[in-house]
Amino acid sequence: MVEQSTLGDLLRSQGVSRRAFIKFCSATASLMALPEGLVPAIAEALEQAKRPSVIWLSFQECTGCTEALTRSHAPSLESLIFDFISLDYHHTLQAASGRAAEAARERAMEENQGSYLVLVDGSIPRVKAYSTIAGISNLDMLIETARGAAGLIAVGTCAAYGGLPAAAPNPTDAVAVSDLVHDKPIVNVPGCPPLPIAITGVIAHYLTLGVLPELDALGRPLAFFGETIHDRCYRRPFYDRGLFAETFDDEGARKGWCLYKLGCKGPVAYNACANVKWNQGVSFPVQSGHGCIGCSEPSFWDNGGIYESIARGQFGTGPKIATAALVGAAAGAGAALLARNKKEKKAAAHSATE
Amino acid sequence: MSLLEFARGPAIHWSLIILVAGVIWRLLGVLVLTRGADLSRPRDAFGNFKGYRTVFSRSWPSGEFTTATRYQTIMAYFFHIATLIVVVGITPHIEFIQSLTGASWPALPNALGVAIGTIALVSLIALIMRRLSKPKVYCSNIGDYITWLLVATPLVTGLMAFAHIGPRYETMLAIHILSVAVLFVWFPFSKLMHSFWFIFSRAQSGLSYAHKGVRI
Repeated sequence: MVEQSTLGDLLRSQGVSRRAFIKFCSATASLMALPEGLVPAIAEALEQAKRPSVIWLSFQECTGCTEALTRSHAPSLESLIFDFISLDYHHTLQAASGRAAEAARERAMEENQGSYLVLVDGSIPRVKAYSTIAGISNLDMLIETARGAAGLIAVGTCAAYGGLPAAAPNPTDAVAVSDLVHDKPIVNVPGCPPLPIAITGVIAHYLTLGVLPELDALGRPLAFFGETIHDRCYRRPFYDRGLFAETFDDEGARKGWCLYKLGCKGPVAYNACANVKWNQGVSFPVQSGHGCIGCSEPSFWDNGGIYESIARGQFGTGPKIATAALVGAAAGAGAALLARNKKEKKAAAHSATE
Repeated sequence: MSLLEFARGPAIHWSLIILVAGVIWRLLGVLVLTRGADLSRPRDAFGNFKGYRTVFSRSWPSGEFTTATRYQTIMAYFFHIATLIVVVGITPHIEFIQSLTGASWPALPNALGVAIGTIALVSLIALIMRRLSKPKVYCSNIGDYITWLLVATPLVTGLMAFAHIGPRYETMLAIHILSVAVLFVWFPFSKLMHSFWFIFSRAQSGLSYAHKGVRI
């Protein structure tokens, strides 16, 4: 439950130096595109920050988002921030189960009415029977929990846009958090999974400034989703020079050329993978030789094949175009024959009058 | 469905169907309507050959018009060649053509593609300026201006998408694809059909004149 210790106390107890803490604050400020002058204020605010109550709701999801966050380069300040929040309810991480677990959620809601954060991963089936927790449907649990929340963070593409469960034919009628909750601020942190720093960055922003960060049209924090993978990609010079890998095993692939022709969705995918990277900054999908699949974009699962480049049309053309050609031929021939017939009739009428 | 999904999917799909059906309709509609053979003895034994030669010889103005038409001849050449290179020479277009036909070839570097695209756009603007300044020469109708606009839009939107000017890339790309879709739909029913007709009309003129022994 919520203890009234501050983040500063926690960090000191974990042996984090002041220098490391300030470095984290500077990195967070620059990542969130906040002015440099705010760093001392962020440090002070974070140090004094009280543990906020967080209720994490897992609906139709694969736990990948939680895995990404908890297995991010530990031990790090990001994970400490995550440790710092009072995670009062989280299926995967909490020790309690059954009735005790639900009681923890209800108590957290009651004690922190109006001030707790709700983190959601997974989409919500509108057909209630498809996913229930302790006999409560996901839909009802979200509506009930969101009612007293200060704000919601939709973690992962499923919670943000429906994701894989909402992909055609969407058997469970899965929807995003923002389709159901309209009266609370919602931040979408999409990705499959999302970058851990994007999740903790949003939480840190909320802790320091008391408000949720600036968002783009799709509800994503601009600081992490303001630029495309393509614009930040180290392979971009090869794109500009027209040098592409044609297969995953050709000379271009071995030389690290652009993966655009192999279906890389980098030009239309907004995320920070290319600059923040994964696994302690080791790599990101494009660097490991596979194109971006655009997992932070709505309905990425249905937007054509993973290995089809963006420029390709999304339709089965062959037979339909052939049919169109036949229809055109028939119309053309028909029009010409009608015209000829008319001409001949007129000629006949003309010669008859002579 | 996002704008880009709509553009890449049903919009470009249906525009291609209309383009193919429309072009074949128009071509057959005229070509099936042939006149009967000219039964008179040709004045020139090589009439047919000379007739077909006209397809190429009409690609530049007759000597007496060289000076008067120099401006639009040069601009039109710039426009047609630059547009053709951009349409078949840059990576995304080759990818699109490959998805339709399976054929693929090496692409130009982006910088060259942008330069040639800009040449195409500038020459197109140069041509409309002449058209606007000499209405009596061109006798333009509304269709001509619509055609100009629909040809210019893909060039402008394509360059803007590449340069990241205006809306976000995916929106600009969608607008670019939609502008091409509109062009495809307009194509068979406009003077853009000259890209097919020029062969037949020149050959027809050449043949009939050569048959009569007239040199053109």
